[in-house]
Amino acid sequence: MVEAVMEQVLNAAMRAGASQAEVFRVVSEETPVKFEANRLKELNARQSAGLALRVIANGRIGFASSTRPGDVDGLVLAAMETAPFGPEAKFDFPARSEPADVAAFDWATQQLAVDDMIAMGQRLIDAVRRVEPEIQCEAHIRRTAGTISLANSNGGEFSYRDSMLSAWVYGTLIRGTDMLFVGDGDATCRAEVDLERIEREVAAQIEHSRRNAETRTADLPVVFTSMGVVEALVGPLTTAFNGRLVHQGQSPLGDSLGQAKYDPRISVHDDATLDMRPGARPFDDEGIPSRRTALIEGGVVRNFLYDLQTAGLAHVEPTGSAQRSLTTQPTIGLTCLTIAPGDSSFAEMVAGIKEGIVVEELMGAGQGNVIGGDFSGNVLLGYKIENGEIVGRVKNTMVAGNVHQALSRVGAVGREQRWVGGTVLAPPVMVERLSVSSGGS
Amino acid sequence: MELLSRAELEKAVTGLDADYVEIRLDDTESNRIVYRGKELEEIGRARSFGGCVRALVNGGWGFASFNEPVRLRERAEQAVSQARHVGKEKSTLAPVEPVVASVPAIVLQDPRKITLARKKELLDSYNDAMLSVEGVTSTNLVYSDAHKRVTFANSEGSFIEQERIDVVSRLAATARRNGDMQQASVSLGALNDFSYVETLDEVAHMVAHRAVELLNAPYCEAGVYPVVLDPVLAGVFCHEAFGHLSESDHVYENERMKEVMVLGRQFGQKHLNIVDGAAVPDLRGSYAYDDEGVPAQKTDLIREGVLVGRIHSRETAGKMGEPLTGNARAIDYRFPPIVRMTNTYIEPGDATFEDIIGDIKLGVYARNWYGGTTSMEMFTFSAGEAFMIRDGKIAELVRPVKLTGNLFTTLENIDAIGTDLDFNQGGGCGKGGQMPLPVSNGSAHIRIQDCVVGER
Repeated sequence: MVEAVMEQVLNAAMRAGASQAEVFRVVSEETPVKFEANRLKELNARQSAGLALRVIANGRIGFASSTRPGDVDGLVLAAMETAPFGPEAKFDFPARSEPADVAAFDWATQQLAVDDMIAMGQRLIDAVRRVEPEIQCEAHIRRTAGTISLANSNGGEFSYRDSMLSAWVYGTLIRGTDMLFVGDGDATCRAEVDLERIEREVAAQIEHSRRNAETRTADLPVVFTSMGVVEALVGPLTTAFNGRLVHQGQSPLGDSLGQAKYDPRISVHDDATLDMRPGARPFDDEGIPSRRTALIEGGVVRNFLYDLQTAGLAHVEPTGSAQRSLTTQPTIGLTCLTIAPGDSSFAEMVAGIKEGIVVEELMGAGQGNVIGGDFSGNVLLGYKIENGEIVGRVKNTMVAGNVHQALSRVGAVGREQRWVGGTVLAPPVMVERLSVSSGGS
Repeated sequence: MELLSRAELEKAVTGLDADYVEIRLDDTESNRIVYRGKELEEIGRARSFGGCVRALVNGGWGFASFNEPVRLRERAEQAVSQARHVGKEKSTLAPVEPVVASVPAIVLQDPRKITLARKKELLDSYNDAMLSVEGVTSTNLVYSDAHKRVTFANSEGSFIEQERIDVVSRLAATARRNGDMQQASVSLGALNDFSYVETLDEVAHMVAHRAVELLNAPYCEAGVYPVVLDPVLAGVFCHEAFGHLSESDHVYENERMKEVMVLGRQFGQKHLNIVDGAAVPDLRGSYAYDDEGVPAQKTDLIREGVLVGRIHSRETAGKMGEPLTGNARAIDYRFPPIVRMTNTYIEPGDATFEDIIGDIKLGVYARNWYGGTTSMEMFTFSAGEAFMIRDGKIAELVRPVKLTGNLFTTLENIDAIGTDLDFNQGGGCGKGGQMPLPVSNGSAHIRIQDCVVGER
């Protein structure tokens, strides 16, 4: 059942001359707990609620949003005012349909006491400081709950609740002007986060960084850890699967459907149907049922992602990929991304490299020609490999490449898959050769 | 629409059992128009109305935000009880004289008085101009204007109303040939003035041609070069490489960071002067009072190469015993204010462009910005376009480069500063999940010796 105010807005929009209308409503509550300088610093409680209205009038799309309670007339007026200038609608709002059977809400998350969240943060900080007493930590523990509702003038009514608990810890170790930044975290819809795994990851980051190692400017093999894959590669890779960019001829993969563009060990899926994963949902932000979509299977480009308007423009089916915030119209987005594991262990990858780099985090990876697939950045957290062993942390070093080329020259895919940031399941990946430039130490 | 009255806000925040309480209401109306290629992709209006209460008890902070401006007293009590749950020490805030002020925007050309039809006509003409350039396969234009009114009151008797209008535009062109793709873009912005949006013909022309030219440009070979930055990119460098490190919230509770950032430390050569200040007028980072009600200042950060100041909130200034600078800013009502930059710039020097490039045998001239980020010690920033410098002359165009380095050596390596101070107003700064915050940054042309250049 949708709220009465949504019906009211729909009716007012139709009376004002819309031929179709859609109301999107978000109500959310967020409770962040923040630790700074190793201790509890701030408790927040954020409540928000708002409505967005999309209309189709004389075949064109208008849009407005408001967080001002009860502002029905203002909302309808603003949406109708923009419609004459809006793009031509290439779709109809969907009628009622069967949502995917996906659970994204856990009551237990809502019942989690603030004191329990404080205890989680303190535990993470204590664990990191046991590994390195000199390190200064921040922790962010956050609990959210929301209700997403959609209703449209074609009889479509959709509503679901979601919840999330996330836990992150960050450490800064300063020696003179040498600064080390470590950190990891996770998020789920449930009331539990695997703190032990986070502690293990951060401990390993600290141990690998005990000393600094020399690098040189050369083309070298580079191992991206699961986090490194997400930080450096996922953005430029998945941009190329955005149906809007494909339709507009901007994607380098535009004419590659069905072609083997990548190493056969590379398989990537967008999957909104994974229970209790942040990003999973029964339907997308336009009411299209969620599904699992293959982007790359065995190195072959399989599908691109579409929302309603883009699917209409491109004459294809929507993939349930519409994503929106309250104030913006739907765009094409990822839900949960899974990258298939391979058969090498991380340890084996490292052992097989005479000279190379491990990348956990690249700073500035998202700047540059991302649409074309380029990535580059300063290695914020990464290690030098010499003769099959990690010998220390690299600094003042850039790694650069093109993700579409890099994933066709894969040396190995790891078997240790893990969730990064709660929404991407990734293994480590070794790329045979990438440009590494060093500014010396 | 009326925001709440002074009496109502004061009633909500006074007489509570807390060391400090403040309330902020925020009413923003914005318009957004997006083109991608031939299609106008999105046009829409947003009304964002909401508020927040923040309380300090025994050094701990509580914060509650909301959309419905009702039961304000209850919300303030909630923030106080959260703060009490956290607080275990003494609260320290640098003292401020209570201020009662109303600061309307001084608007040159008001975007609210320009019809949607006129805005679309202008943007259509720029988009068509870019698409008509041979080789350009797509474009991306984003225009937005936002009219924001903020009302602030605190338990010390301050009551401040402020108003501003931000007008931001980005023009980007993509050129494609045989699977190779290049993009050129420019981001522009202004405070309280639409007029620049009416004169972007040349910019559109330049962006479109640059994207096509880049297809023929080689990559710059990765390595270490003397690098010359134009004022826009030097401004981004100043913001990323140094500005973030001067934010005191990174320093005030970190003993080792205090040693690194000790006042009096030599960071650069004698000619290097860096300033931040919202009191520098008519730029995107300009305002009269920050989001704690502290009057805007102009703060010397580096004077003659020496660290002489940093930017503060009331808490960081109080805890470090340093003067207030008026740099506590929140992007909107959903967030508490944190220490942020405003208008950050390197003051001009006396080198001519000839002086700067004349004795470079092999170097890189980098212009315009794509983005930038920092980890304090290390920074990276990306140029929108780059040329090689050969034997003291600007030579061939190369593909956009990314520059990276270590702050502590790079500032020292600035060995020439030009006279042509200019500001980049198209950027938005991100920190602590609050992005994009309006800031400006500026500089004259500068030269940096031994800068690491990545190839893309």
